[in-house]
Amino acid sequence: MSGTADPKAARDHARAQGGTQVETMPVLPPVAGDLPAGVASQDLLWEETIAPGGYASRRLARGTRLRLIDKAGDACASLNIFNAEMPTERLNVADTVKVQWNAYLGAGKLLLSDMGRVLVSILEDDAGTHDTFCGVSNAASNARKYGEGRNSGAYPNGRDRLILGAAKHGLTGRDVHPCVTLFKGAKIAADGAITPVVGPFAPGREVLLRCEMEVIVVIANCPHVLDPRPEWHSAPLRVTAWRAGITPGDDRLRDATPEGQRAFLNTEDHYRR
Amino acid sequence: MTADPALSGLTGAILHDEIVPACAPWLHHVSKGEVLRIVDLEGNQAVDFLIYAAANDAERYSAQDTVAAQGNLFLRTGTVLLSNEGRPMMTIAASAVEYHDTIGGACSCESNTLRYGHHTKSQHACVDNFLEANLTQGRGKRDVVSNINFFMNVPVEDDGTLGIVDGISAPGLTVDLRAEMDVIVVVSNCPQINNPCNGFNPTPVRMIIAA
Repeated sequence: MSGTADPKAARDHARAQGGTQVETMPVLPPVAGDLPAGVASQDLLWEETIAPGGYASRRLARGTRLRLIDKAGDACASLNIFNAEMPTERLNVADTVKVQWNAYLGAGKLLLSDMGRVLVSILEDDAGTHDTFCGVSNAASNARKYGEGRNSGAYPNGRDRLILGAAKHGLTGRDVHPCVTLFKGAKIAADGAITPVVGPFAPGREVLLRCEMEVIVVIANCPHVLDPRPEWHSAPLRVTAWRAGITPGDDRLRDATPEGQRAFLNTEDHYRR
Repeated sequence: MTADPALSGLTGAILHDEIVPACAPWLHHVSKGEVLRIVDLEGNQAVDFLIYAAANDAERYSAQDTVAAQGNLFLRTGTVLLSNEGRPMMTIAASAVEYHDTIGGACSCESNTLRYGHHTKSQHACVDNFLEANLTQGRGKRDVVSNINFFMNVPVEDDGTLGIVDGISAPGLTVDLRAEMDVIVVVSNCPQINNPCNGFNPTPVRMIIAA
């Protein structure tokens, strides 16, 4: 007789699975043995390793630090970011590169909303290969490249992952906007030609972000849309977030450029209530 | 009767022919197979451009899908303008200008405050045109995505530096777009006066649709 033939047996069978540890899972309550000096363990908010091809989304408070780690050197973190209180305000990639007069992301760069405010700033970056241009794969592009690209298949695509992550916060495909991608780069030639820079890289590269607004962050971890390798390559992406202070008025990054300073002024004005 | 040079090379019936005033929005349906010609009447007038699928406007132009698929940032003759589902919406059938932009986005009252200062907040901007036109059909702010800027020049330098610089268009130059599906085209005839995208002087453009 099967061990799941009646409800009590099925319950016991299900409960016996509890406590299983795998690499790609959330840790609740969060535990991280490698928090930066000065960060108290009680300020830890989120510890999760996103599966290859997986996604996550979460609301994060203003001031929260969000650390992404490319554990094995082949993760690809495509981000959609919303103002949690008013999700019609969201990341605007065109404004992000235009306002800062530069397309390459790194430490000191800001991710701007379509309302002239700073959603997230990049505090630290030892990866240096990021992409503001190419966006994510979609079902059609994965089908062409890997044979299929469904959420329910082996090779999920970035767009459908962002849609699912956004949907967990009541949003839809209509809200999924042009993204930025961390850990996989795109180099632009003078004639406009795009060269993907996808590694694989050394394990353990990190990016540290600071939430400058109350945000919903959606992260898809799917192969870069221009990954030249014929096989689908993806690797675990570790996410850690901790509580920290709101950017003060004398912050060095806040005042680094006149455009950025005005973006912080707009952000501070938004929270003047 | 003198032949109108702006109609040169268009085959089939002229279904629509309209001058869009400087700084104004414009919205029009273009059916599969029809050609939309944009005429840069006075030269170097940025035409901010969005496309929605007429059958389901949740499907819309995607700058990122378009540049990734062709492996190049610039939109040239032959570029296929893809949707967020990776489907062809329109093709650039001909362009008298070497390339067009799709990374610079649209000006907004809000981004103007960052780029130029808060004294520009009250100036008219492309996002307001996009909103005004889209709201007539029930679309709103979340439907405004990264757009095309016809007749606008945004080079990217080796270190990633980029910016809107002097244009490479001229009076009377045109771009022809063939619809690959039934689409709704939403345009902002850019009102920006703080950068060279319109030569600091917004001017009218002409929209011609041929069957």
